[in-house]
Amino acid sequence: MKSKVKLALFSAVAAGIVSLPSMAQSPAEKVYVPHGKHDEFYAFLSGGYNGQLSVYGLPSGRLLKVIPVFSVFPMNGYGYSEETKAMLMTSHGFIPWGDTHHPELSQTNGVPDGRWIFINENNTPRVARIDLKTFETTEILEIPFSGGNHASAFTTPDTKYITAATRFSVPIPQKDVPIAEYKKYFKGTLTFIRADKPGKMDIAFQVLVPGFDYDLAHCGKGPSYGWCFFTSYNSEQAHTLLEINASMKDKDYIAAVNFKRAEECIAQGKYKEVKTKYAHNYRPDEGDRIARTEWKTSVKWIIPKECPGVVYFLPTPKSPHGVDVTPDGNYIIGGGKLATVIPIHSFEKMINAIKNKQFAGEIDGIPVLKYEAINHCEIPNPCLGPLHTEFDGRGHAFTSCFISSDVVYYDYKKCKVLGHVPTYYSVGHLMIPGGDSAKPWGKYLLPMNKITKDVFLPTGPELPHAGQLYDISANVENTKPQFLLDLTELGEPHYAQAIPASILEPKSLKIFELEKNTHPYATKSEEEAKVVRKGNIVHVYMTAIRSHFTPDNIEGIKVGDTVYFHVTNIEQDWDIPHGFAVYGARTSNLLIMPGETLTLKWKPEKPGVFPFYCTDFCSALHQEMQGYVRVSPKGSNVPIKYGTGEEMHTVK
Amino acid sequence: MSWISRGLIALASLIMIGIYFQPLWKIRLYAPQYPDGLGMIIWVNKITGKNPHDLQNINLLNHYVGMKKIDPNSIPELKILPVIFGFMIFLGLLTAVTGSKKLLYAWAVLIVLIGVASLIDFWWWEYDYGHNLNPHAPIKIPGMAYQPPMFGCKHLLNFKACAFPSTGTYILAVSGTLGVLSAFVEFLRGRKKA
Repeated sequence: MKSKVKLALFSAVAAGIVSLPSMAQSPAEKVYVPHGKHDEFYAFLSGGYNGQLSVYGLPSGRLLKVIPVFSVFPMNGYGYSEETKAMLMTSHGFIPWGDTHHPELSQTNGVPDGRWIFINENNTPRVARIDLKTFETTEILEIPFSGGNHASAFTTPDTKYITAATRFSVPIPQKDVPIAEYKKYFKGTLTFIRADKPGKMDIAFQVLVPGFDYDLAHCGKGPSYGWCFFTSYNSEQAHTLLEINASMKDKDYIAAVNFKRAEECIAQGKYKEVKTKYAHNYRPDEGDRIARTEWKTSVKWIIPKECPGVVYFLPTPKSPHGVDVTPDGNYIIGGGKLATVIPIHSFEKMINAIKNKQFAGEIDGIPVLKYEAINHCEIPNPCLGPLHTEFDGRGHAFTSCFISSDVVYYDYKKCKVLGHVPTYYSVGHLMIPGGDSAKPWGKYLLPMNKITKDVFLPTGPELPHAGQLYDISANVENTKPQFLLDLTELGEPHYAQAIPASILEPKSLKIFELEKNTHPYATKSEEEAKVVRKGNIVHVYMTAIRSHFTPDNIEGIKVGDTVYFHVTNIEQDWDIPHGFAVYGARTSNLLIMPGETLTLKWKPEKPGVFPFYCTDFCSALHQEMQGYVRVSPKGSNVPIKYGTGEEMHTVK
Repeated sequence: MSWISRGLIALASLIMIGIYFQPLWKIRLYAPQYPDGLGMIIWVNKITGKNPHDLQNINLLNHYVGMKKIDPNSIPELKILPVIFGFMIFLGLLTAVTGSKKLLYAWAVLIVLIGVASLIDFWWWEYDYGHNLNPHAPIKIPGMAYQPPMFGCKHLLNFKACAFPSTGTYILAVSGTLGVLSAFVEFLRGRKKA
């Protein structure tokens, strides 16, 4: 009897071991998400030169959404509708395009909390906040005194600040100078943006630094809370042929900024208030949902000489790209892209070196610490072209290597390389869910590559970028990460973030409550639909519901008028958007979510009768969801007349 | 009247108060594009959706086949029924206090009549709702009516409609049974005495 029990127990344990998913499942089984189930993670990949943010499900690699951020998006009218145009306003005017680089989830206690995701724009320096209830861009802040906002938008563990910095140093303030006088006029700024209050994003302060190229950033956590680290290259201060001239020195610097010290200096008045002009664009996620631009007029500058202790330079080989703080906050890993080692600095050593004044020199009032005094170790011969590092939360670091097209993973405390996995090809950044936070969900690794070549079916000269998904849930001390999937990417992802679906899925909004719509031109019932002329301006208060517009016949419009179609989708059902497009309108369509009001501006140029219709297949009678607007010649006396069905209203 | 009968009719009346707080009937509609179903909940004085906007969405779908809009404000029963049941509660309590057998028998007869009439009225309302269709409806299927079921499930085009009585109706059934039981006890006692 006893032996039978033992046998049963043994069999049960054996069966359990055999069915351990990480051991028994093939890559195909691991990435297959059957109908009725959802992905385990939301992943947010920047779109690079498409200016947007892509949302994927992991592990399936399914593209879920493209969130328009810095580029117009005719698919839903972002940047075209009257409600969203202001989002793309800058001190240079309306800009229809941007270059998105580094998405960063908001954090609480160093852990991604799923409130918002931030992302930077490199070309015309800006940062954006995306709300993760609506998955919409709600706020964009322009960064003055900057050129190429690359070391951005990295957060502090409490989301108090996000970072920005000049990748391209520029004359500060801007002025007409010979480029050859770079060293004399060109400067950099490291910017701290207050980010924890939606609608109130603002520049807290800028630290003025030498004219290097400031590349990437990450903020400290745990013991290193209060500091943010920025890599720099071109400490040679070259202004031409940088590939040679900015690669002379065998070490550049990581700038370590003590933002608590900066706060002290501001409190003590040790700053300079500088006049400038930059845009703050905000589109509330409820209420009228109309984007407005607020013009800001000054920033606070902190000059390191006048605020000693605010910034130190950590020598780091060579032209470093990534600067990544370990989850415990103790180590700072530089991605020395031209270095033959991966340098790991110790935060504790850095603090001691500052205390003991172990300085190797000073640049513009910024002490340069001694490399030997701060360095924890150098990972020897890691790979070629180490760029960027993320962590699995179990003591391991994963660094992407551009030149050798692989990822090296190692024990960062013991400085011991554990292995390599290939990428296809020339990996840029990589991502582990929560991999730059205090508590990574170390299940997957996603290297994102710059070169695709033969990975997918070819599509002419222009190919999609490729990413590879690896399973790193097994102990990488003795088990190699398992290659799961190639996924196609939109634009060029420069970085990504991922968060468990269980955090975001429950709070994803289904509809906008029509009752809470406070848009001044909202039409909340068909009875309220109307057409109102004010001089040459005509406002159409229109409703859309399955399967008609009210009004769907409009007369009395004249050439020379400006017509605003304010279309309210009065549906209150999940996933019933309506589209709206007008023949010949030199703008995009509108995609109006249930309960939302969007406005299309149209300047009819010739007389005639022009159709409009619903562009989103909404219902069985979608094809019938159409209408006409009659345009009469300038000066004609056709009265305003409108309606749907039998009820036509004439305005006298 | 015995204390038992008085107690029973008092209890029947007090239980009946519950129908103001519990729904009488629930109708659920399932379709492929509504995996969680749309729901309509009928109360003694109102009709609501299972989710905030279900009623609007049911009306929206129904207009394609020409069904009338369900507008709780234009259904007189929702205004009459609360008064009728209020009266029955009052009458029941009055019976218990006065101990009048006549009132008790009247109560028992009335509650049976009200119950039967309500069910017939509900059926008729469903019949009218499912048959009295707008001749200009975009979707017309010859011979098709959309009368929802009263008990159980039924396929209506792409929807599966299911209807079942809910807590309020069960409360009424218990209340009515107790009242009728009370009348029955009195009736038997009367015969014994004679």
